[in-house]
Amino acid sequence: MNGLHDLGGKDGLGAVDPPPEEPVWKAEWEKHAHAMFPLAFRAGFFGVDSFRYGMEQIEPVEYLTSTYYEHWVHSVTHHGVLKGHLDPDEIEKRTQYYLENPDAPLPEGQDPDGALVQFIEAVIPAGATAARPGDKAPRFAVGDRVTVVNDAPRGHTRKASYVRGKTGVIIMAHGEMIYPDTAGNELGEAPEHVYTVQFTNAELWGEESAEPNGTVTFDVWEPYIVPAQVQEHAA
Amino acid sequence: MSASHSTAPVASDHQAEVVARVKAIESIMIEKGLMTTEAVDRLAEIYENEVGPQLGAKVVARAWTDPEFKAKLLENASTACAEMGIGGLQGEDMVAVEDTDDLHHVIVCTLCSCYPWPVLGLPPNWYKQPAYRSRMVREPRKVLREEFGYDVADSVEVRVWDSSSELRYWVLPQRPEGTDGWSAEQLEALVTRDSMIGVGAPKAAA
Repeated sequence: MNGLHDLGGKDGLGAVDPPPEEPVWKAEWEKHAHAMFPLAFRAGFFGVDSFRYGMEQIEPVEYLTSTYYEHWVHSVTHHGVLKGHLDPDEIEKRTQYYLENPDAPLPEGQDPDGALVQFIEAVIPAGATAARPGDKAPRFAVGDRVTVVNDAPRGHTRKASYVRGKTGVIIMAHGEMIYPDTAGNELGEAPEHVYTVQFTNAELWGEESAEPNGTVTFDVWEPYIVPAQVQEHAA
Repeated sequence: MSASHSTAPVASDHQAEVVARVKAIESIMIEKGLMTTEAVDRLAEIYENEVGPQLGAKVVARAWTDPEFKAKLLENASTACAEMGIGGLQGEDMVAVEDTDDLHHVIVCTLCSCYPWPVLGLPPNWYKQPAYRSRMVREPRKVLREEFGYDVADSVEVRVWDSSSELRYWVLPQRPEGTDGWSAEQLEALVTRDSMIGVGAPKAAA
């Protein structure tokens, strides 16, 4: 989707302003919001691609003005409701209750065997790779000049606007991985070959605006690219 | 129970709403057996004390002192890190990119906030916010200079890695001058989180 999350190359978004130090979590609730991601994943709310798509559908002004963990909570809610794990009226009712009773305790846990703690301890070191080694022959190879297809899919995609229609060179090939354009839209994993494409700054931004002596790499899935259509701008 | 004397600091209405909403969702998930506060605490403990940039620093320092390991790291970062017991969630398929005299790397995720958790821990807030995500692909030299006080010479290529897939890139910075004969343990102290993102240099040899 052509959403506001697609921020690469947008101007006017202000200063980065990194602080010298900051805690891992700014507030207690962020720990809980973070833990919802692996635990809701375990419960079948979403895969990582759907999880991202849930965040991309946040109302644009809210997307830009709310924090990262608020985005997470939004996506957990979105998918929890969609899959029938969470009732929206119940969420509102309880939100009101905890607003009026901020010190009210959470209910008693229902995990006598500690399976959820064990899951956390297992999933963090193991992860869940998106690699899906298969026997599909790659259509492209390192060194190939390719152009990113210039279309604008409606649903979830990782084909950022700033690389659409741009031409670069494949510098790495990574084998088959889950395809976000299906997985993020609840259409299955449908693995595709992934390549890293390197673009010159001039190709992306034009000679006038481009910083000198610079390149950007962007990972693409095979359906995102075609053999080079145009002569790219030199660095 | 009564909430007339909350011990929490006074927060904005919006913040109070967020806190209440998270608690509301968590309470439902707890009742369904999908979440416990013990699981939350364990996760928090892991990312506060166990998984963070100190792990990436160990990997970098080893690469600086062990050429065979460095070759393995650049060949397949996930396999090399696994040898050291480092890896997992959001770093299942990592790629370490090496800075040289002619090339400086920096990482970003323009579409969300992808970041190599197993070696760097959780991302700093600025990495997740619109300014960094939008500007780093368009004017990296300017961002590095103005926002991070990090000057890259015009003769050095700046290569920005936009983490758009599940590959997780991170930077193997150059070993600081004046550290000949230093052990990996001594070098670890010079490796900063920012140097592995590419927005800063490692600390200088004191």
